[in-house]
Amino acid sequence: MAVRDLTDGSAAGEPLLTMRGIVKTFPGVRALDGVDLDVRPGEVHCLLGQNGAGKSTLIKVLAGAHQPDGGEMRLDGDVVTFGTPMAAINHGISTIYQELDLVPGLTVAENVFLGHELSRAGLSMRQQTQRRTRELLERLGHDEIPAGREVGQLSAAGQQIVSMARALSRHTRVMIMDEPSAVLDQEEVHNLFRVIRELTSQGVAVIYISHRLEEIREVGDRVTVLKDGRTVATGLAARETPTSELIRLMTGRDIEYVFPDRPAPDTDAPVVLEVEGLALAGEFSDVSFRVHAGEIVGLAGLVGSGRSEILETIYGARKATAGTVSVDGRRLRPGSVAGAVRSAVGLCPEERKSQGLLLDEAVYRNITMSSMPRFSRGGFLDRTREREAATELTESLDVRPAGVERAVRTLSGGNQQKVVLARWLLRDCRVLLLDEPTRGVDVGARSEIYALVRSLAARGVAVVVVSSEVEEVLGLADRVLVVREGEVVHQGPADEIDEHRVLDLVMEGSAA
Amino acid sequence: MSDETSTTPATAGEGLPAQATARSGRGAGNAAPTSRLPALLHSGAGRNVGLVVALAILCVVGFITSGERFADVDNMLTILRLASVIGVVSIGMTFVITGGGIDLSVGAIVALASVWATTLATQALAENFHWIVIVSTALLVGTGCGLVNGILVAYGKVVPFIATLAMLASARGLAEILADRRTQILSVREFVDFFGASVLGVPVLVIMFAVVAAAGWVLLNRTTFGRRTFAVGGNPEAARLAGIKVQRHTMLLYALVGLCCGIAAVMIMARTTTGSSTHGTLYELDAIAAVVIGGTLLSGGRGTIVGTVFGVLIFTTLSNVFTLNNLSISAQSVAKGLIIVIAVLLQQRLAARSHGT
Repeated sequence: MAVRDLTDGSAAGEPLLTMRGIVKTFPGVRALDGVDLDVRPGEVHCLLGQNGAGKSTLIKVLAGAHQPDGGEMRLDGDVVTFGTPMAAINHGISTIYQELDLVPGLTVAENVFLGHELSRAGLSMRQQTQRRTRELLERLGHDEIPAGREVGQLSAAGQQIVSMARALSRHTRVMIMDEPSAVLDQEEVHNLFRVIRELTSQGVAVIYISHRLEEIREVGDRVTVLKDGRTVATGLAARETPTSELIRLMTGRDIEYVFPDRPAPDTDAPVVLEVEGLALAGEFSDVSFRVHAGEIVGLAGLVGSGRSEILETIYGARKATAGTVSVDGRRLRPGSVAGAVRSAVGLCPEERKSQGLLLDEAVYRNITMSSMPRFSRGGFLDRTREREAATELTESLDVRPAGVERAVRTLSGGNQQKVVLARWLLRDCRVLLLDEPTRGVDVGARSEIYALVRSLAARGVAVVVVSSEVEEVLGLADRVLVVREGEVVHQGPADEIDEHRVLDLVMEGSAA
Repeated sequence: MSDETSTTPATAGEGLPAQATARSGRGAGNAAPTSRLPALLHSGAGRNVGLVVALAILCVVGFITSGERFADVDNMLTILRLASVIGVVSIGMTFVITGGGIDLSVGAIVALASVWATTLATQALAENFHWIVIVSTALLVGTGCGLVNGILVAYGKVVPFIATLAMLASARGLAEILADRRTQILSVREFVDFFGASVLGVPVLVIMFAVVAAAGWVLLNRTTFGRRTFAVGGNPEAARLAGIKVQRHTMLLYALVGLCCGIAAVMIMARTTTGSSTHGTLYELDAIAAVVIGGTLLSGGRGTIVGTVFGVLIFTTLSNVFTLNNLSISAQSVAKGLIIVIAVLLQQRLAARSHGT
């Protein structure tokens, strides 16, 4: 695969960090399949790519949290390997994760020097720790943060500054920032950019990850685009490269998923799910849409845009602050999952293992979990009938390996997802809400899941699908809603919009 | 859909020949041999065998060291009678722990229920006072305390450890106030006669334990209530998203253990013919220990009534053997501690093996 290097021939000098042909495989997935990256001292290098393109894995390799299976990393021209996160830090590579890893009960100064406390003969040197912390905060332009304050009392932006001070307290040459602006408001973002410029002027290189193109244009110097675990372009000028070019590079896949045929829309089908002015304070507002029997509606948006929250609120797992949800014309009680299940609404949650399954329990018990009244008489369960019903379902869904007594834990991701789907099939759902239905599912099983969802819809079920993979939403759904920062910015038939347009809406919102 | 790679469709009637094609590896321990076996055997067979062996070893030791005195029928009945009170409490505790909680207040609730019921009996105005009132009072007090625990934990979101610790302190304190720190003699003859009797040589107390254990087994393994208990304890979030009313169920679990404490209070009143604020001291520890060595997972989601019964019998037999050999209570405590540690270490090895990870 030809990688274009558009590096301008300016006298930027030797790269500080180079990665060549980095490969990382997980069971069933090749997360990184030959990534190249050059980072120069004093630049802000942006990483761009869709969900699943490999950005997070790449960061973890750089940070020493994952060991690459192939490729070469050089720092200052010397080949390096990071066996542990500590090794990466000792080489001057610091990572600021999305989930800030601070101890809320300790002070700012204690957090900054956590793990390499200043001490003499085992006694901590409080004065010196505080003074050094103040110096670091000053260097970041945030000397208003008191070094003695408990970190838990600071705002998200303040905590981020503390994380950066911590990175600087060791000798940092490359700072990796994973979506640092996600938790910040406009003002704080500008402040962050000021700090970043401050750092780069001191020669620190920053690897910056964000989905917001406007930020990349404002703070970035060069851009590397990842797709399907590979570098598709590197050294693009952050300010000059047109949006259409960036999106073109990010989209399109080498592996084509097989989506089932989309039937002609049935305008006579009754409305099953009706969402009217639904809102959840701080997450999303004024969401309205209808789903007809047999229809699949897709919600596209970035992580944190509110798409999962919309599903969970429809389901009653979160209590709506305004608006209504009706199934077959009957209103659901807000905040009541049991009520939603009684009205034949089912949810396949985003985190299958932690929210969807009893991993150590038998397959059949996971399937009958929401339909127990059907198998009980006077509270006593008829386990023979339970097993029969589950066996029938697992055979028709081709769950492998077969056997309903097997613990769910022993199944692969795709088969686990089928078990969750079987639960709602057994329940005879009217409405099925799917949150990231193919996360952790390998390529082969994906097509099976897609076909299954379509066949469910064909039986008259109203389906709502949320996915971070735009292609999946567009391929599977009849109608698409695009969500950006808690608002529906587009609603229309799936065949009238393409991936570029959705990404444009999601990332820039310029056409809104 | 019968395009399975290697199974023969002829035997596929059970959907069962799940050979170890997947990564389950060496997990011979958890490979279900046939689905026809009752769940009792197939889920915990290996572990229960271990418990039977442990109990058998204790009996052999008892017989060798004390001979006839240990093997005597009366001695056996004594063991069973002692086991029955703590046994009933442990059955309730099995439910709470399987459901992901813990109850530290069981001993205190037993004390309060016994004192409350005997106070009622001694102060009863009417002479023609039926003993069933004593029984109902004990059961109501027990269930009521459990319900308070349950409401605090399920709806008040108080950590179970803290909520039941508070109940431990206040129920025991209330019992002391009611009894004025005196032991109250229960002189209702009919009550003592009824519960002190034997049927075909088996004491009523032992029969009560057997009934509670059997009912507990059915409730845990054969009803929707039991299935939900496993779900709530194993993964409360998944249970909630599957439509199970997790809060209500949690509350009911604590009420259930409260009810068991009420039953235990009736039994202890019958055995000692007293109500006292010192009844049930340290029952919480004995019950938790019995449940845990029986194989119920302290983190919830796995529970076994049969294991708990064995756990109780092992501890009671241990005490008996030590007592017959004139060994001190302190030595018993040390032995108990050792048994708990060994049992839990063994369980962790087993669990690690059956998960493969």
